[in-house]
Parts: sequence; structure tokens; C-alpha cells
Amino acid sequence: MIHFENVGLRYGMGPEILKDLTFDIPKKSFQFLTGPSGAGKTSLLRLLFMSLKPTRGLIKMFGREISTIPQAELPMLRRRIGIVFQDFRLLDHLTTYENVALPLRVRGKEESSYRSDVLELLKWVGLGDRINVLPPVLSGGEKQRVAIARALIDQPELLLADEPTGNVDPPMAKRILKLFGELNRIGTAVVIATHDLALMDQVEARRMILTTGRLDLYD
Amino acid sequence: MTDPGAAATKEKNAPRREITLRKTASIVPQQSVQGRALLAVVVIMSFLACLTIGAVSMIRSTAASWQSQIAREITIQIKPDDKIDMEKTLLDARELALSFVGTKTGSVLDKEATARLLEPWLGSGLDIDELPVPRLVIITIDDQNPPDFAAMRAELSKKIPQAYLDDHRTWVDRLVSMARTTVIIGSAVLGLVFFAMVLTVIFATRGALAGNRHIVEVLHFVGAESSFVAEEFQKHFLLISLKGSLTGAFLAAFSFAGAGWWQTQTIATPESDQAAALFGSFTIDWTGYAGIFLTMLVIAALTTLTARFTVMRTIDEIDHIRSDPGRLDQYQA
Repeated sequence: MIHFENVGLRYGMGPEILKDLTFDIPKKSFQFLTGPSGAGKTSLLRLLFMSLKPTRGLIKMFGREISTIPQAELPMLRRRIGIVFQDFRLLDHLTTYENVALPLRVRGKEESSYRSDVLELLKWVGLGDRINVLPPVLSGGEKQRVAIARALIDQPELLLADEPTGNVDPPMAKRILKLFGELNRIGTAVVIATHDLALMDQVEARRMILTTGRLDLYD
Repeated sequence: MTDPGAAATKEKNAPRREITLRKTASIVPQQSVQGRALLAVVVIMSFLACLTIGAVSMIRSTAASWQSQIAREITIQIKPDDKIDMEKTLLDARELALSFVGTKTGSVLDKEATARLLEPWLGSGLDIDELPVPRLVIITIDDQNPPDFAAMRAELSKKIPQAYLDDHRTWVDRLVSMARTTVIIGSAVLGLVFFAMVLTVIFATRGALAGNRHIVEVLHFVGAESSFVAEEFQKHFLLISLKGSLTGAFLAAFSFAGAGWWQTQTIATPESDQAAALFGSFTIDWTGYAGIFLTMLVIAALTTLTARFTVMRTIDEIDHIRSDPGRLDQYQA
């Protein structure tokens, strides 16, 4: 599904922060992306989300080489990817329900066609009684689950999550991980960027370890 | 923090109840400090621009009215001479003038009226027969089809050598030139006000959008196409600008209508006469109201287009960061 070959990335004239990355992310796979702070996890996620272009190397997303994809087609490809940002990026003037429904709304879908799906997903993530609440009054864990629900609502082929358990306590982290596992079982490839070793020990999954810009894979 | 597992189980076991959702909110927040500031700017600028347009229209029509009032009359002046019978000469001059095509009516300014004309200089109780004062014949003319003044002048000097024809050309020329200058100055002021309005509206719109950059980013990252994002912001800013420009234009039109009404209610009072002498009639014709309406549309279009370009530029910046990661720091909040 995704193929990286000798990919390198540098910001401006600075040093190369990702070096010679070569790996595949197969369909329906589950992997952790880990490494010390500053190792380049977020940058690698940005490359996977096509919000950055590599300085060198080849990246193929869903069978297409990204350097040849016109700018106007990128939103269509991004719709096949769900992303959970470390800082959630929820819109404070929209309710939990409206934030989760946002990706469907921007695809031009009618509210009546997705209403039950959004409500069901919100119940599934344990926010069934918080549907009309605005993000500023949600707890960190609740915001995290809203961000996750928003990433999952259109059943993406790939889910990218940047430190999804960074703001929650261990029981909540376990529950979130379980959500990702269930999603993976129904066919979504999952990449979770984390430096939480305890979290990774809970699931048998491939580990992609970034150290000073170089990637080691442990299947 | 509640355990989501327990919360989900609790929800599952809870009796089913109807879920009520609020009316889906707009993607761009309706009420924000920046939005209110922009609304105030649009109201003020459209009010000023519409006021200027109305004022220029008023000056133009007042100047045209002065010009036409003077151009509708000519005066024949008969100089005093012992050799002539003044009253008969006045009537002869009137008849001669009225024999020309393009004249309408003629009247001789009687002795009392002439004395009144001289009153500011010579005082009241003047006996006109004691002084060698010229007398006047006032001829009204068809301003669309005026008589041949040269021929009339030649005929008068031939038959009544004491007659002098004043077609008010000097005054008309001066008034035309003054009216033109006034309209040019008014148009220049209008141009400056419009330029200031364009800049103010553009900067206020961009300022209001700067506070919404995070919304553009989120929409972009959840797969919204640039045109969708631009349309959402356009709709929002069109509404603000229409509200603002409508209020400003209405206030300006109301000010003119109110001043006009005041003038008709206080006609022949010293205040009204003074205002009329200074500003003319406080009424604007349909072109003035059309100008106000057009200004409203221009402001609405300007705000909407600025919103569109600014959103597209923000998306371009996000894409530039994508192509050139070195620019990341430059744009990150």
C-alpha cells in the first residue's frame, strides 16, 4: 500500500533528519513507530500524510508515486488516510458530534446520511453522552477520543496517530489501543507513533524504531 | 476522567432516549471578535463612501440647477437718457425681445422693485425718479432652444441705443467652471475615500482571517478541497460584508433623506436658508441612490474576494511548506 525507498528529509539547509528510509506499510498491517524525542517520528508521519515532500528518495502511496501527483489531487488521496494529531486540532466552536462529522461534511455528504454512523462511533469511543459538548469543556482523554473518532469516521485505509496516548492515563491508553486493534481487524492499516514502551508491550506488532534519522524494523 | 469502557457499558444498558442535536454550526464561527471588528469597519467605511457619493451627487445637481436657473433668463438694461421716454422704451425693448424665437415671457421691473434692488446701497425711501438709475426688462427664454443673442443685441442697439443686453454668459461661464471644479474636487475626495475603503476592508478581512488559520489547516488535513474551504469562508465574509455595507448605505441614505425632510419642514427659516445657501438642497437624485447601492455591492464583492484570495494563499502556504520543508518555521504559529 505504501512504499518508501531511500527517502531522506532535511529542513532547509539543516542536517538530514531522516536518512535512507526504506520500508513498506502493507494493507491491514499494524505497527508502532518509536524512538527517542527528536528522532523524526512526527516528520515521518508528515511524509506519510503527504504534508511534506521528501528531499530525496521515492515514496509510493496507494500505488502512485507522490512526486507525480498534482496538487489538486492530494485532498482525494488524503481522504484515504485518517490522522490523529498530537495536539488534537479540534475546532472549538463545533460540538463533539460536528467535529467527528467534519470529514464527511467536507466530502459533501448530507447530514441525514451520516448522522447515525457518527452517533454510533461516538458511543463506541465512549462519548455517547458528550455529543453536544464543545471541545473546551472536554477532558484531555475525551478530546483524544474525539480526534480518533474524527480520523476513523470515513473508514480510512490507513490510520496515522501521533502520540495518541500522550495525554491519557494507562487505563484510557489501553482502551484507545483496543480501539485501534478493532479498527485494524476490520481492515485499516495502523501506524502509531509513540515512545511509550508499556503501550507497545500490550500488542504484538511490528516496531519501526527511528534513531538519529535511521530506521530499524522489528517484525 | 471517566473510564470509557465503563461509560460505554453504562450507555448500552441505559434506556434508549431520543438524541437531540443542535442545528449544525457553520464551519467558520459566526461570532468572533475579529468578525465583529470587520463588521464595524465595513459599516463605517460604507457609510463614509456612500455619504461622499451622495454629497458629490448633491453638489452636481445643485450646480446644474444654479446654471439652468441663470441660463433661463436674460436682462435688458435701459440706461437713463433725457431724450427718451423710459416707460415706453422699456415696453419697446420687451416687445422687440419677445419677437425673437426662443423667448417666452417678458416683464419690466417696475420702479418699486428697482428701488428694492438698490435698497442695500442707497437705503429705503428712495425716489427713483430723482436719480439716473438704469431700468431692467427681464425676459425668460427657452433654455433648450435659446434665441439668437447676437441678432437680438444688434437689433436692440439699432433701435434702442440706450439698451444693453445681458445674457448672463459671464455668470453662467463662471458658475459652470465653479460647478465643474466642485464636482472634480468631490470626485477626487470620493476616489480617496474609495481607495481608503478598499485598503481598510482588505486589511480588516485579512486580519479577521488570520484568526481562523487553524480552521483552514484542519479542513485541509481532513481532505477538504481548496475550493470547498474558500467557499466556506466566502459565504461567511459575504454575509458580514452585506450586513455591514447595507447598514452603512442605509445610514447614509437615511441621513440624506432626514436632512432633506428637515429642510422641507423648516423652509424659509434662517437656519434652513443658511443651510440651503451653503449646501443647496439636501436631496439626491436616483443616480446618488444608485451610487450608494453600487458602493454596497463593491464592498461586499471586495470583502468576499479578499477572503477567497487570503484562504487560497493560506492553502498555498501549507502546500509550499510541503514542497519546501525549510519554510516550516516561517509559517508555524
